[in-house]
Amino acid sequence: MTALRHRLAERGVDRQLLLLVPGLLCVLTLFVYPFAYGVGLSFQPTHGGVLGAYKDFFTDAYQRDTIGTTLQLSLPAAFLNVAASVPIAYRMRGRFRGKRLLTTLLVVPITLGTVLTAEGLLNFLGPTGWLNRTLMSAGIIDAPVRLTNNYWGVFFSLVITGFPFAFLLILSYLSGIDPTLERAAATLGAGWWPRFHRITLPLLAPGLATTFCLTFVLAFSVFPSAILVGDPAGTTRVISIAAYHAAYESYDYPLASAIAVVMGVVELAVVAAVLGVRSLFYTGSTGGKG
Amino acid sequence: MTTFEKLRLDGVTRRFGGKDALSGLSLEIRKGEFIALLGPSGCGKSTALNCLAGLLPLSEGSIWQDDKRLDTLPPERRGFGMVFQSYALFPHLSVRKNVAFGLQMRRLPRTEVRRRTDEAIRLVRLEEHATKLPGQLSGGQQQRVAIARAVVLEPSLVLMDEPLSNLDAKLRLEMRTEIRRLHQSLGLTTVYVTHDQEEALSMADRLVVLRDGRVQQVGAPEELHTRPANRHVADFMGYRNLLPMRVVSASPAFVEVEGGGMTLRGTAIGELTAGDEAMAGVRPEDLRLGEGGVPATVEVVEYQGRELAVEARTEQGTMLHLRAAERPSPGDKISVVADPARVLVFPL
Repeated sequence: MTALRHRLAERGVDRQLLLLVPGLLCVLTLFVYPFAYGVGLSFQPTHGGVLGAYKDFFTDAYQRDTIGTTLQLSLPAAFLNVAASVPIAYRMRGRFRGKRLLTTLLVVPITLGTVLTAEGLLNFLGPTGWLNRTLMSAGIIDAPVRLTNNYWGVFFSLVITGFPFAFLLILSYLSGIDPTLERAAATLGAGWWPRFHRITLPLLAPGLATTFCLTFVLAFSVFPSAILVGDPAGTTRVISIAAYHAAYESYDYPLASAIAVVMGVVELAVVAAVLGVRSLFYTGSTGGKG
Repeated sequence: MTTFEKLRLDGVTRRFGGKDALSGLSLEIRKGEFIALLGPSGCGKSTALNCLAGLLPLSEGSIWQDDKRLDTLPPERRGFGMVFQSYALFPHLSVRKNVAFGLQMRRLPRTEVRRRTDEAIRLVRLEEHATKLPGQLSGGQQQRVAIARAVVLEPSLVLMDEPLSNLDAKLRLEMRTEIRRLHQSLGLTTVYVTHDQEEALSMADRLVVLRDGRVQQVGAPEELHTRPANRHVADFMGYRNLLPMRVVSASPAFVEVEGGGMTLRGTAIGELTAGDEAMAGVRPEDLRLGEGGVPATVEVVEYQGRELAVEARTEQGTMLHLRAAERPSPGDKISVVADPARVLVFPL
């Protein structure tokens, strides 16, 4: 009896495994089951056989184009979030006075929520918003620049809500890189640019890829801001809106599920591509405290 | 290769938050010299090295390479090689690329980069590991890569920051010889930071002992070993018996001190007159068992190979460290004598 218990314990089977039960139950009932149910539903359309819902989606240009629309929003937004975070985080990796305050300020948008951000955007960038009024009274423009209720409104909203995530992640990846490495590079004659792009950037690249994936997935499922500050019937009719319409306006659950599955597949494809590129980089220890 | 006749540190001072980490370090380093900066942790030795390397700006003072002022230059323009305590090898680059990095930064032709890299890797005997990543090497091998990476540039000065402190005892001895061998064969001027006095004594041509950011003594190993300038240096140089005493009589030849139930004769380091409080310093090797000495009781005996290290307490409660050839047992009554020629007396 004890011998068996020892043998099991060696393979990691012991009473501590019971700790997994609550978590597993949650995952099964709240994620795996609904997910499997949704996938199953997408293969049971009212007409057109097993793949009918998918056929409907891909043959209808109005539906099919939502993939492109969403990618056109989420890829540049994720890219900008990562690209903008790198230099800021790079400057902020050391210790300095007021760092905590600055970090807090940069992270505040996370806490605001999409609706508040959207309202702010409308007030600030809208046709009668501060920006347009200032530009017009300064005589720089004659008519208001349209920055809301179109592509740009959604894009700004995605940047505002996505940037803090990207920044925080990249900051922690950067502080995981031993600062002595750059100092070593400096004593070997490398100026700041070679130090950055030959030492820090390659070590940071895997972290950038992961961050890109996360912010991309967040941006790809954009829904509230596409409606609030976008043009939900036209240029910002993103894929989640298509799914929403299918489910709650035409009550076509199989089509809605099929759209959701397509959404997942597109996200997975992008993530797989990015992680594929990531595997080309060095991903081992970077010697730092992270 | 840039070279120089002498490198001069002039009152180099560095403060952290109003506190002097290093104050007024003045030193002249001649070409080809091996200098050790020695001191306990927090004495400012690493600060001094980082100031030299350009990784820390000076608060005061200046650094001159012959007639060229260096302290205003960034590290990448000083042309010094540095070996870090943590080695700081680039983890994503192979051994070869780590070593080649500095040469590539100098935009040397590819064939020359290749030739010199190979040469440096051969010098530290890592040919078969050239394509490995640093993470795949042992501590000693990583250390050798770090050294190769620093010396491949044939820098005018090599800075080493406790390079052996992360190695085990055996490897440390081997690498010590290796570094000394490299220094002799390449003739590179070296500044070496360590807290290990034995390491410093065995490797360096000249030692600089620091304490609380101040220079205590600069001199050849023999000089520091036999004639430490004050009790702090003595403490660091292995004078384990530092006994507070009072001067009984002082003459130019020797002083006589007493205290703790002992009377000792020794050489005065500095001005001493009768009645002064003083500190007598004796190495454990210079205290022996002998007739007519200080009576003491053995407390701890450690086997140290050829000899035994003995700790004994005098009747007055002073702890003495000495060496013995034969094993006394704890509790034994012994009599301890000191060689007057080896006793140093320091003013407080």
